[in-house]
Amino acid sequence: MKIGILLKEGPYNHQASDSAYKFAEAAIKKGHTVDAVFLYNDGVSNVTKLMDPPQDDRNIAARWDALHKQHGVEILACIAASKRRGISDEVLIEGASITGLGTLTDIAIRNDRLITFGD
Amino acid sequence: MGNIDVGENINIKKIMHVMRHAPHGTIYTYEGLEMILIMAAYEQDLSVAFIGDGVYALKKDQNTAAIGIKGFAKTFMALDGYDVEKLYVDQLSLEERGLTEDDLLVKVEVLGSGEIGKLMNEQDVVIHH
Amino acid sequence: MLHTINKSPFASDSLETCRRFLQPGDSVLFIEDGVYAVQAGNKFASLIETIQKNNSVLALHPDLGARGITVVADGVRVVDYEGFVELVEEHQVNSWL
Repeated sequence: MKIGILLKEGPYNHQASDSAYKFAEAAIKKGHTVDAVFLYNDGVSNVTKLMDPPQDDRNIAARWDALHKQHGVEILACIAASKRRGISDEVLIEGASITGLGTLTDIAIRNDRLITFGD
Repeated sequence: MGNIDVGENINIKKIMHVMRHAPHGTIYTYEGLEMILIMAAYEQDLSVAFIGDGVYALKKDQNTAAIGIKGFAKTFMALDGYDVEKLYVDQLSLEERGLTEDDLLVKVEVLGSGEIGKLMNEQDVVIHH
Repeated sequence: MLHTINKSPFASDSLETCRRFLQPGDSVLFIEDGVYAVQAGNKFASLIETIQKNNSVLALHPDLGARGITVVADGVRVVDYEGFVELVEEHQVNSWL
């Protein structure tokens, strides 16, 4: 099965990023394809490489980066939401890219499921 | 059978946007509206349901000038021009807030939760804002 | 359809709202702070019982554990993330954010 994920909240403030990641991990483990994680609203803050949490905490941006590199999951930040919040190519982790809401529509069309995480 | 063209609609998905937040206090309604306007260009089967505080998004007489936030209520009136014609409002949510259809900016279909629930059940994708 | 609820019922009306739109055969999965709804003996016990007449009710084990919830209301099925994925295989998803 092909699954798309829509993530609507930023990291740390809400559990949404953690739930989305755990879900993606479990879906891949069960043999499904996680096509993309689309970041919307404050969700775009998930992929800034300036993120620098204490060493004993998870690094949420690095985790998305690894998900892309190990499993080919597209990590996509909405351009309109990113511009509003100062997220640009300069601060983006390697594994993520900025794209338009048209891409989210394509994700909704081409996947068997679109599951939303947020607050 | 050979003459029936089923290929045309095979990739059309039913996508419902559910507005659940009041406008202005958070950005969810505004960015939700932006998402709906882009998706409208893709000729999918779109609908928008207003549930709970989401019904406030359609309230007449909103004036945001003094709070320094761009108003967008009138954009809901433009949805028709983007062929987004299925606007559903949850009846109980309206009643609980002391509102009637006359308090709303756009023409909508006021439905009971059972009817909206049935429509939700038919969707391929449901996105809450 | 699979409905997910991620808010504490003491802080949000997500549960009360969602239940009005449930169709027979839909499943309800509580995640994150939503899991407080199914802690045994709380004031939502009768609501959870009513919902279970037409719908299956589930709660995510890692979120229960994180919140110290060890006993859930009768009939509530506890699943891990693998079970969450299986529910998504069976149903389209409606996340009540």
